[in-house]
Amino acid sequence: MAYNFKEVMNRPDRLASGHRMCAGCGAPIAVRAVLKAIKPEDHAVICSATCCLEVSTCMYPYTSWKDSFIHSAFENAGATICGVEAAHRALSAKGKVPENYKFIAFGGDGGTYDIGFQSLSGAMERNQDMVYVCYDNEAYMNTGIQRSSGTPKYADTTTSATGKNSAGKTQNRKDLTEVIAAHHVPYAAQTTFIGNLKDLYEKSEKAIYTPGAAFLNVLAPCPRGWRYEGEDIMEVCKMAVETCFWPLYEVENDVWKVNYEPKNKRPIEDFLKLQGRFKHLFKKGNEDLIAEIQRDVDHRWELLLKKAK
Amino acid sequence: MAISERLSGNEAVSFAIKQINPDVVAAFPITPSTEIPQFISQYIANGEMTTVYVPVESEHSSMSACVGAQAAGARSMTATSSCGLAYMFEMLYIAASNRLPITMACVNRALSGPININNDHSDSMGARDAGWIQIYAENAQEAYDNFIQCVRIGEHKDVHLPVMACQDGFITSHAVERMELIETDKVKAFVGEYNPEKYLLNPDEILAVGTYDTPQYYMEHKKAQTEAMKNARQVIKDIAKEFETISGRKYDMIEEYRMEDAEYAMVIIGSSAGTAKEAIDELRTAGVKAGLIKVRVFRPFPLEEIAAALKGVKAVAIMDKTDSFSAAGGPLGAEVKAAIYGKVDGLVAANYIYGLGGRDVRVEHIKLVFDEIAELVKSGKQPETYKYLAIRE
Ligand SMILES: Cc1ncc(C[n+]2csc(CCOP(=O)(O)OP(=O)(O)O)c2C)c(N)n1
Ligand code: SF4
Ligand SMILES: [Mg+2]
Repeated sequence: MAYNFKEVMNRPDRLASGHRMCAGCGAPIAVRAVLKAIKPEDHAVICSATCCLEVSTCMYPYTSWKDSFIHSAFENAGATICGVEAAHRALSAKGKVPENYKFIAFGGDGGTYDIGFQSLSGAMERNQDMVYVCYDNEAYMNTGIQRSSGTPKYADTTTSATGKNSAGKTQNRKDLTEVIAAHHVPYAAQTTFIGNLKDLYEKSEKAIYTPGAAFLNVLAPCPRGWRYEGEDIMEVCKMAVETCFWPLYEVENDVWKVNYEPKNKRPIEDFLKLQGRFKHLFKKGNEDLIAEIQRDVDHRWELLLKKAK
Repeated sequence: MAISERLSGNEAVSFAIKQINPDVVAAFPITPSTEIPQFISQYIANGEMTTVYVPVESEHSSMSACVGAQAAGARSMTATSSCGLAYMFEMLYIAASNRLPITMACVNRALSGPININNDHSDSMGARDAGWIQIYAENAQEAYDNFIQCVRIGEHKDVHLPVMACQDGFITSHAVERMELIETDKVKAFVGEYNPEKYLLNPDEILAVGTYDTPQYYMEHKKAQTEAMKNARQVIKDIAKEFETISGRKYDMIEEYRMEDAEYAMVIIGSSAGTAKEAIDELRTAGVKAGLIKVRVFRPFPLEEIAAALKGVKAVAIMDKTDSFSAAGGPLGAEVKAAIYGKVDGLVAANYIYGLGGRDVRVEHIKLVFDEIAELVKSGKQPETYKYLAIRE
């Protein structure tokens, strides 16, 4: 179905306002947009890993979730939602619960790339009918901006500090979307907030309505951790895509497709300079570090284009 | 007519699971409980069960999937041992505090390290404060009977807690015994349908499970959890009575063996109770007034039953098949001593650590313990705080 921005935005939100996330946070934008893709008549059970999203949306005795919701721990959203899905298979076969349920797990990059990786990999390999959404803000924000394996090289975090002897994180960023695609799940995609959120919506709809396991990796900036002004979020996301730092692509039944190829690929500085976490890279003498990041972005982009040929 | 069979403990529990046909099983292999998910997989393949089996990639995920499934409204089960149980540790607390009556077949095995696949109780005893009901079996018959009762106990409206049905690895899980199975229709009628009041898949009422708890509420939630554990005492007794009507077999919090006039007693858990009964029969023939208290239910702890059973006893040996490394003995030792404090006067209480990592426990070892506690009474000496039984120096 063609994307109708107005129609979609007019659907009732499945995450209430009044949650406790920071103003300008990417996470609730991602969650709202993904949940808009559930047909209003369908039921859902939502799971969240322990993270900023979880602590701010389900403070007892309140819940911001308009669907049934479960949080169990940090590293197991994949397994927890699979338990719910298994229960649904058992109970709907007995006619005890309606058929039209959707199962969606959210996790931060820490709960997805790192500690929850095993549980996620298991869920993907079992190909259970669920969607796992990583809202990737490239660090452990809830515990105070520590590095994760999704943190880009040379980012300043509280456990990859910059100083006289350090230019921030020394390791490369893991390409989780590719790792999940290697599970040969029916659908894996990477997206962020661009324009009227069409890309995010369409990928969410595909993920939710493709039978079997699906994975969405949504770059969801965090103004505190990335150190930019909250209102600049759309610009930051745009530059992530225009520089090819965060390409928009999807892998559907093992067919790789790049959804957007910038006509004029922007230099990586255009993404880096918007954020305080990369400020040190613009000091005199660090030009080679930026050049290295550029080489890495170019290299990954070339590899992706080859896969999508 | 009950069905007479020759089965191992693992076979018996798997058969109980088949009869109950739960909605969901999520499990991961580890010796000596591995056979249980294997049997279930085969039963499902044969069309003998309709359970949804989740072949998870770890025990952390088996317990996580059980948490998700049970919260969703499904009767859920798992099986594990040793390192597998340790790997679930975080999730055990979450299952209990979310008040999810998951049933676990726990086949007791020593915890690493050093790595050892044989029996002791270090795994489930390590999880004794996780908020799970724990019921221990002496043999395959009890493993089967307990498992069926555990489902009812956990799901009871005054309880809503997860339950571990424990049996000793290899000694019980792999040894084939003559036993009686109950007809499937009777088992099904006994456990009944699982119809929780609150569940995620209820389209008429949304539910939030596992929410963030502030200091304002956390303690009240813990109080409710401890009350549920207290309630479990009566529920366990009531369900045992009901179970007797379909099986003819009696169960309670503890089992007393020749305790009526006992002067010397032993408190023990699990399969070694069988060995101890044999030793006690021999001692009785020799004129020693020996008796046994077998702790069937360790959580909730049967403190009143134990104190009452020890009234009039001169000395008791409390046998721990694990060390808590408190340098003060094992968990059963500590809790039995706490149970008798101020209730039983002048009782000499000795704590033994025995049978670790599959170390054989024989009739002569048990008799030696009775000799030692009788000697303490005679000499008027106090026992060592705790000691290892039959250890090579
Ligand atoms: C087993 C375990 N280890 C550590 C933590 C502490 N912890 C809670 S949330 C979190 C970081 C979450 O980071 P991420 O998944 O990226 O989500 P974000 O908060 O950044 O949105 C950490 C380290 C925990 N709750 N459980
Ligand atoms: S710290 Fe960052 S991720 Fe967490 S709520 Fe605030 S903006 Fe969002
Ligand atoms: Mg994060």
